[in-house]
Amino acid sequence: MARIVVITSGKGGVGKTTTAAAIATGLAMQGRKTAVVDFDVGLRNLDLIMGCERRVVYDFVNVINGDANLRQALIKDKRTENLFILPASQTRDKEALTTEGVERVLGEMSKEFDFVVCDSPAGIEHGALMASYFADEAIVVTNPEVSSVRDSDRMLGILASKTRKAEKGEGSIPAKLLLTRYSPARVEKGEMLSIEDVQDILSIDLLGVIPESQAVLNASNSGVPVVLDEESDAGQAYLDSVARFLGEERPYRFTTIQKKGFFGRLFGG
Amino acid sequence: MGIFDYFRSPRPKSASLAKERLQIIVARERAHRSGPDYLPALHREILAVIRKYVHVDDEAVQMNLEREGDCEVLELNITLPEKD
Repeated sequence: MARIVVITSGKGGVGKTTTAAAIATGLAMQGRKTAVVDFDVGLRNLDLIMGCERRVVYDFVNVINGDANLRQALIKDKRTENLFILPASQTRDKEALTTEGVERVLGEMSKEFDFVVCDSPAGIEHGALMASYFADEAIVVTNPEVSSVRDSDRMLGILASKTRKAEKGEGSIPAKLLLTRYSPARVEKGEMLSIEDVQDILSIDLLGVIPESQAVLNASNSGVPVVLDEESDAGQAYLDSVARFLGEERPYRFTTIQKKGFFGRLFGG
Repeated sequence: MGIFDYFRSPRPKSASLAKERLQIIVARERAHRSGPDYLPALHREILAVIRKYVHVDDEAVQMNLEREGDCEVLELNITLPEKD
């Protein structure tokens, strides 16, 4: 049985798809058979971030409707072993994701994979509810900024009441915080909420902190998940987060200002 | 910029302002979430009733639902305008 993980946030543009691509790729790199599923019907983008946009033939809604089987629709990643992508449909019919259909497809994937990573659309509409409904656990992606934190809290409320587990009376699914676009220099100047501030407000466990980084835009520009840029700060921070997700203890990096050494200062590093 | 500016207490940083505002709004929204669905409507109606008699701002009525053991306490705080 796969662990079904939803990547969610409430607010848009905080890095859900980047995170879904990075976490799924990271899990596959660790030898876990992983599928990453785009729930953003009508605004498909995971394919672009994963660099497989030209290989999309069938999509999630085709599988739900029985126009294609799962094997036909899953795109095998060319760079990373053990990794498969299920793209969203570009249909404008948002109700195409039926509860029964999503349950059947996730159930089928569950038998074959170790992890199913669900990339949720922004908002709290049908697609977002479907992405989290069958999840076993959640990763809440948050920027250190007021609207993102507030929306994350709203999303935590939904995770506590609107998932299958919650409806069965089993309570909230476990949710962990992934803080993205973090800038230690601005935190130190008092211009940005700190890790502790955000944790104080949301009171959930921390999974990782991803620094604001040029590497993230580079990765999406080229359609290569940022974890494959192993030299980059963001790539390493995501790999640390994946290791923590799998139960390893990792110290936090890139959360304080990198003090330049003598030569660094001399040459402008 | 004089030497005295150096000794003045620094302007409160925007991050602490952000945290303070978030703590208040998040606490309020959580209370609403766990409270009964009729709270927002009740809030609006109470405000309307008060406005029949005295002109008050939207912020004049603050409602707070708190749970104490088995019973729930609805705290209602109405701020009337100062008399000129």
